Amino acid sequence: MGRIPRAYLINRVVTLFLTILIAATIIWIIPRLSPVDPAEIALGRMAAGAGSVANSEEILAQLRANMGIDQPLIVQYIKYLTGALVFDFGLSTAAFPTPVSTLILNALPWTLGLMILSLVITFFIGNLLGALMVWDRSPKLVRVAIPAAMVFTSIPPILSGLLLMWIFAAKLQWFPLTGAYGIMVEPGWSWDFVLSVLHHGFLPALSIVIVTFGFWALGMRGLMISVQGEDYVKLAEAKGLRPRYILYRYMIRNAILPQITAFALKIGLLIAGQVLVERIFAYNGMGKLLYDAILNQDFPVIQGVSYVIILMTALSVFLVDLLYPFIDPRIRHEAA
Amino acid sequence: MTSQDNVPMTRAEKQQAKRLKRFDNPWMNPKLLWGLGLLLAIVALGLLGRIFWDPDLVFTGSAPLKLPPVGFENLRRQEGIWDYPLGTDGGGRDMLAMIIVGAPNTLFVGLLASLIGMSIGIFLGFSAGFLGGRIDDTIRVLADVMITIPPLLILVVFQSAFGDVTLTMMALLIAGFVWQSPTRLIRAQVLSMKQSGYVQMAQLSGASTGHIMFREMLPNLVPYLFGSFIASVTTSIVTAVGLEVLGLGPQRIPTLGRTIYEAINAGALIQNLWWWWGIPTLLLAVIFIGLLLINLGLDEVSNPRLRKLS
Repeated sequence: MGRIPRAYLINRVVTLFLTILIAATIIWIIPRLSPVDPAEIALGRMAAGAGSVANSEEILAQLRANMGIDQPLIVQYIKYLTGALVFDFGLSTAAFPTPVSTLILNALPWTLGLMILSLVITFFIGNLLGALMVWDRSPKLVRVAIPAAMVFTSIPPILSGLLLMWIFAAKLQWFPLTGAYGIMVEPGWSWDFVLSVLHHGFLPALSIVIVTFGFWALGMRGLMISVQGEDYVKLAEAKGLRPRYILYRYMIRNAILPQITAFALKIGLLIAGQVLVERIFAYNGMGKLLYDAILNQDFPVIQGVSYVIILMTALSVFLVDLLYPFIDPRIRHEAA
Repeated sequence: MTSQDNVPMTRAEKQQAKRLKRFDNPWMNPKLLWGLGLLLAIVALGLLGRIFWDPDLVFTGSAPLKLPPVGFENLRRQEGIWDYPLGTDGGGRDMLAMIIVGAPNTLFVGLLASLIGMSIGIFLGFSAGFLGGRIDDTIRVLADVMITIPPLLILVVFQSAFGDVTLTMMALLIAGFVWQSPTRLIRAQVLSMKQSGYVQMAQLSGASTGHIMFREMLPNLVPYLFGSFIASVTTSIVTAVGLEVLGLGPQRIPTLGRTIYEAINAGALIQNLWWWWGIPTLLLAVIFIGLLLINLGLDEVSNPRLRKLS
C-alpha cells in the first residue's frame, strides 16, 4: 500500500467495520423495541384483502415462524448480521414474496446514476466558480452574480425540486412531472429509452445541482484566498506566465485538494437529500422504494434500504480517506 | 486629514470612516445581523401571529377549501378574500395560521436538537481532548463512526416503527446525531490549547480540571462553538423537514415539512395550488438563508482574512 502506514490502514478499516456494525445493530434493535408486531400487520393485510381470516391464531404462529421472530433474540440477531453481510434482508412483506435484495438491486442503478451525474456536474461548476470569485482577473459579472447564487446553497434540494417541478413540469410542461422514464417506452438499450431517461432525469439532477454547487464554491473560495498569497504564485507572476495558466496550473491545482476531503464529510447529507428528491419526483430509485415501504409498513425493505445507503456512505468516506495521500503527495498519514 | 482640523469630510471619507469604525467591532457584521434578523422575523411571526390572528384556523375544515391568496384566482374562479389572506389548503385550513403555528415549530426542533447535541459535544470533546488515554480513544472512534451515518435513515426506521412522535421527541432523536462534529472540533481545539501558556499556568497554580476546562478554555472556544451550533441547527432542520416530507414527523402538529407532504400527496402541483406548498417552501428557504448568513458572518468574525473580500 505504498505510502499508507499500516497502523492508519488498520484504524480506517476498524472504523469502517464498526460503522457498519453499529448502524446495522441500531436498525435491527429499533423495530424490536416497538410494540408493533409485524406478523399482525401481515395478518391485517390478509384480512383487508380477503374480508375475514379463519383460524387466525395458527396463521399468526406460522407467520412468526416464517419471519423467524419466534426464535430467541440472540439467534435472530446473528442470523440478521450474517444475512446483512451478503445483502440478504429476507422477503418484502408488501411485495411478498419478492426478496428485498431484488427490489434494492432494481432501484440502485437509478440512484447511483442520478448521484454520480449530479456530483460530477456540481464538483466541476462549483470549484470553477469558487476559484473565479477570488481570481482578480475574472469578469465582473462573475463576482456579482455568484454571491447571489450562493444563497441557494443553504436550501435543501427538496425545496428547489418543488420549485423546478412547478415551473418546468406543471406550468411550462417542458419536462415530465414524475417517474424515471415514460410509461409508453419499453426499458432497454434503445435510443427512445435513453432519451426518455435523460428527459425524466434532468429536473431531479438540476434540483440537486443548483443547491449543492454553492457548497463547493464557498469552500473553494476560502482555499483560493490562502493560495493567492503564496510565494510560488508570486514567482509565477514575476516570471510572466499567462494569468490563465497560473490560475489553472498553480492556484486551482493546489487549492482543490482539501475539497476532496470535504466531499467525504458531505456525502451522507447529499445522499439523504437525494432520497427526498427521488421521493417528490417519484423517481424509480431508493428514495421511492423507501417511501413506498414506509407507506406499507414494509420493515424488511426499510431496513434494507437504510442499511445499503449507510453502507454506501461509509464506503465512500473510507475510499476518500485512503486515496487522499495518492492524490496529494504532500499529505503523509501519521500513524494515528 | 483628520476631523480635528475641522475641515468637513467628503462623502467618500465619511463612508470610509464609518467602515473602519464598523470593523472595530467584528460582531457588527452585516451578514450576521441580516441572518439574525431573518430568524427573529420568523420568531416574531409566531409570537405576534398568535396575538393578532386566530391560531384555531389550523384545524381541518375551519375554512373553505383551496381558496387562493388575496389577489389571485384558483381554477374554480374563486378569488382570495381577506378572511384568509394567504389562501387555504385542501383540508380547509388557513395558510396564514398554518405558518404562524408551523414555522416556529420547525425552528424549535432545530434549536432544541442542536442545544442538546452541542452540550453532549462540549462535554465529550473536552473529556476526550483533556483527559486523553482510553477515554479519548473511545470517544474519538465513536464520533468517527457516527459521523458517517446519515441521521435521516436511522430516524426513518425509528419513526416508522413507533408511529406518531411529538416535536420534543423528534428533537431528542435528532440530537443523537448532531453531537459528532462539535465533539471532533472541540477535541482538536482543546488538544492544541492544552499546550498553550495560560493553561499550563493554571495547571501549575493548582486549578481543578473542571475550572481549567470550563473557566479557562471554554471562553476561548466561543466563536467556534457558535459556528458549530449554527451548522448543527441547519442539519437538524434539514433532517426534521426530511422526515416530515416522508410523512414521518409529528402527525397532529402543523409543521412546514408536513404541510409540504400533504400538498404533494394531494397533487397540489398539478392542481396549481401553488400557495399550499409554496408558502411553507418559501418560509423554509428564509430560515435556511438566515442560518447561512449567520454562518458566513461568523466566519468573517473569526477569520479576518475573509472580511476584505466581502
